[in-house]
Amino acid sequence: MAIEFKPSPSLPPPSTAVGPVAWVRHNLLSSPLNIILTIFSLYILYLLIPPLIEWGVINATWTGSSNKACTGSGACWAFINSYFEQFMYGFYPSDQTWRVNLALVILVLLVAMFAIKKINRFYLTLVIILPYPILAYYLFSGGAFGLEPVETAKWGGLFLTILLGVIGIVASFPLGALLALGRRSNMPVAKAVCVIFIETIRAVPLITILFMASVMIPLFLPDGLNFNKLLRVLIGIVLFSSAYMAEVIRGGLQAIPKGQYEAADAMGLTYWQSMSLIILPQALKLVIPGIVNTFIGLFKDTTLVYIVGMFDFLGRIQAANHDTNWLGTTVEGYVFAAFVYWAFCFGMSRYSMALERKLETGHKRN
Amino acid sequence: MTDRNMALAQLEQGEQAIIEFKDVNKWYGEFHVLKNINFSIKKGERIVVCGPSGSGKSTMTRCINRLEEHQKGIITVDGIEMNNNLKNIETIRKDVGMVFQHFNLFPHLSILENLTLAPIWVRKMPKKEAEELAMHYLERVKIANQALKYPGQLSGGQQQRVAIARGLCMQPRIMLFDEPTSALDPEMIKEVLDVMVKLAEEGMTMVCVTHEMGFAKTVADRVVFMDAGEIVEANEPQEFFNNPQHDRTQLFLSQILNH
Repeated sequence: MAIEFKPSPSLPPPSTAVGPVAWVRHNLLSSPLNIILTIFSLYILYLLIPPLIEWGVINATWTGSSNKACTGSGACWAFINSYFEQFMYGFYPSDQTWRVNLALVILVLLVAMFAIKKINRFYLTLVIILPYPILAYYLFSGGAFGLEPVETAKWGGLFLTILLGVIGIVASFPLGALLALGRRSNMPVAKAVCVIFIETIRAVPLITILFMASVMIPLFLPDGLNFNKLLRVLIGIVLFSSAYMAEVIRGGLQAIPKGQYEAADAMGLTYWQSMSLIILPQALKLVIPGIVNTFIGLFKDTTLVYIVGMFDFLGRIQAANHDTNWLGTTVEGYVFAAFVYWAFCFGMSRYSMALERKLETGHKRN
Repeated sequence: MTDRNMALAQLEQGEQAIIEFKDVNKWYGEFHVLKNINFSIKKGERIVVCGPSGSGKSTMTRCINRLEEHQKGIITVDGIEMNNNLKNIETIRKDVGMVFQHFNLFPHLSILENLTLAPIWVRKMPKKEAEELAMHYLERVKIANQALKYPGQLSGGQQQRVAIARGLCMQPRIMLFDEPTSALDPEMIKEVLDVMVKLAEEGMTMVCVTHEMGFAKTVADRVVFMDAGEIVEANEPQEFFNNPQHDRTQLFLSQILNH
């Protein structure tokens, strides 16, 4: 009779292999160089952190109505505090800011509904890209349903930054995908149009496009025919980032093996079916880091609208720095701006990492 | 469409070939890949195409569903001439299933979704019906228990069987196999060939590019040998293997059979 094979029982790992002690040993003290780097880093932190906390928290002034209140050696957060509403909404009438908040809350709720499995994602997406913007438009600009009209020149602050960023992102993404497909198309005319568009836009700085949008276009338009400056700037931003988006997505399209195109063709799928069901889902997944990179860049680039006289978040802070009541608070303003931008961009990059993990479907073999 | 119906009726009576090549020529740039291909395949026939690499056998097979375009001559499939008419190409592709060397499953879709995609989007079948159909074919290739996995989680042999089932889900009249076992480990070749043999026994019209001579001997109605873009010899397997006419065929057979 054959000898029966019994696997030996598993033993718990030694404390040097798992747990906090092992983590420290492995990550901080694994080699002499590593030990030196760890000690050096601790020293740098020791030099930096305590003074920062002293400046930013312990000795900081939190309330006050001018820079005279800031007598301590720490940060003058009273400046941020007193200007907070303008930083958030620009010159949006303060009794109407609930409309902005409401639109934002509705958007967050709608997006959060993606987490509910029972709701059809396709219809939810439709709701977000079709009726929602109309609702948001009426909430923001008023003039209907008994809402007081607020002209777009008064929109500003973080509200304007988010508005430009979100619309730029949402509109440039599908446009970029179309341009990328067009550039790889077999149709000479479509291809030429896409190549010329992408190469022209990429060769021009965003500032130039914004200037064109705000100053030049009105000169060329006949008298009486003129449309909103915010809209013109938005179109400029969307066109600009869609060219970059197109090239990122094209990179993804090129990474898809020819066999995927052939398999889709051999099944009798039409061009648009094979692109939307087979090729784009895979290509977009591959270039999520590049897409998010472009989004983050776009979000920060929106601050250039300052140049054409629109006061976005950073623009509003810079303008407030010139307030004679608050001279000497430039650093606080920029630190606050840096922190808010960082929070948004870090959030986006974390989201992209989570998305990549979620879409991972096992080993990529073909 | 009446022309096509007439052609189809003739087809059913076995009067007309289901696939016909007439003086087909194809070039890749300057390179002449297919030279004067004249060949026809009847309904229910099993054709094995063999030959050295670069001989044009894959290209010829891929011309049947127009994954490759030919530049001269006429290819007729199922009574429809293959030309630039997109409608015709789509019609043919619905009726012609294809299995590739590298499987070409869609890695972002589950096995079940891979199978139901074409029935749902091309045949406009309700989702539930398509899923039942898919499970039926998955059972036939003995892989129904993997339906909810992704292609990346399956072995090569399993993936290729899924690919065959995916082709069958469109309930095609013709199945094309482009070196279906060339990318597989020796152990897995058998499980794929078994599925193909069963399919052949059921009377499916098959065109199979392969180096599996055992498969050719047992299953093929005719074996086609190609070299340098031409059909050198086409014959019943018995004759082809025991009594090859051309010295080129003899050389090829001696090289692949004696190793």
